[in-house]
Amino acid sequence: MASFLLPKLGADMTEGRLVEWLKRPGERIERGEVIAVVETDKANVEVESWVAGTMEKILVEPGDKWMPVGTPLAAIRTDGVEPVAPPAFAQAPPPSPVPAAPPAAAPSGPALPGDRLRASPAARRRAEALGLDLASIRATGPDGRITLEDVEHAASAKPAARPPADRQQRMREAIATAMSRAKREIPHYYLSTVIDCAPALAWLEARNRDRPVTERLLHGVLLLKAVALALREVPELNGFWVDGRAVKSEAVNVGVAVSLRGGGLVAPALHDADRQTLDELMRQFQDLVTRARAGSLRSSEMTDATVTVTSLGERGVESVFGIIYPPQLALVGFGKVVERPWVVGREVVPRPVITATLSGDHRATDGHRGALFLDAVGRLLSAPEKL
Amino acid sequence: MTGDEIRGKVVEILGQVVPELDPSELRADAALRDQLDIDSMDFLNFAIGLHKAFGVEIPEADYRQLATLDGCVAYLAARIKAA
Repeated sequence: MASFLLPKLGADMTEGRLVEWLKRPGERIERGEVIAVVETDKANVEVESWVAGTMEKILVEPGDKWMPVGTPLAAIRTDGVEPVAPPAFAQAPPPSPVPAAPPAAAPSGPALPGDRLRASPAARRRAEALGLDLASIRATGPDGRITLEDVEHAASAKPAARPPADRQQRMREAIATAMSRAKREIPHYYLSTVIDCAPALAWLEARNRDRPVTERLLHGVLLLKAVALALREVPELNGFWVDGRAVKSEAVNVGVAVSLRGGGLVAPALHDADRQTLDELMRQFQDLVTRARAGSLRSSEMTDATVTVTSLGERGVESVFGIIYPPQLALVGFGKVVERPWVVGREVVPRPVITATLSGDHRATDGHRGALFLDAVGRLLSAPEKL
Repeated sequence: MTGDEIRGKVVEILGQVVPELDPSELRADAALRDQLDIDSMDFLNFAIGLHKAFGVEIPEADYRQLATLDGCVAYLAARIKAA
């Protein structure tokens, strides 16, 4: 039997609301099948099951109640197969939201930044499941250890329900939490390079010229594919920071920062972006942006991104140095394509160029690896026919 | 198809791309991108919507003629007439 818990759908998620069950007791569930819809601060998310089996019992019915991450929602009778590893966010340390009030000091004194808080394994697991920051929990155990009881007490002290708040406000709070954590915990380094876009734009124009509008590519897709392929060359930038060390990801799932109408953003994942053709990537990208703006994403899209790409070029910005989305290891930025003087052979000619940037986690990589990555992006974009 | 019919359909398609669109506030001679904060993906979806609704091909080189609502109406009227 497996418990289906309210999943953590991103580093900035601490609570969610059950909107709908798509399976009832007795119904068959395949692994990866959407079984529920959960509202987060950012979107309504279709949540997939990580096990195959049968819906045994529903523990929570849809309603207005906002629940902490990790709340048991249902019981699934599994097929006896070991569940596959949950998505990255479930493995990653819980976010460390800025507490509304100063955390209570443990009897042994408050932990210093970087100290490993003393907590029993059960307490640690429970706190992670509930999305609670251990640093905000008052410890009553011997030698200042946080006990399971302390975690349960802290969880019960959280409001079980709250009045419906403006979604925009909640999204801003969620972004604030994730970005504050990133700035507090991740030692960023920043690199930039200017890339000649003429080959990519010329190739794109020729490729799109005779295609119907439904089959055209956007320049952004070439950038995404180049990033994905460059990550294969520099895999240290592709993955997560988990339990004090970098964990490389085999899959290259590129999170795409999508600005939402009315403010805020989400960064859902384009799965296996390095393995897709440009046409496939374009269709997936189009679908993802449309659903992100409609507020309808899947849980795997919210949790699987191994790197994030942001582009503000269409808003006239020439370069963007972004903040890494925890627990990822890097963020890639692109600015506006602008005409600049460029040396070609022995002549100075006007060329369309774009500034590509990298925000890297210095715990995981050094600037040298980051520079190799940006160099690879530029090289790949100079031969767009090979993307 | 009259100009008003084309205009009404174009605004309807814009509304599918930009759900919060208020047609009464749309300035016909001002750039759609600036008024509606649309990006290249939105614009592509808009072009696809026009293609499907009016049955005309819209080459990428013609995108600049679709910059305003008035531009869209004039362009589509000419394409429909030529078809």
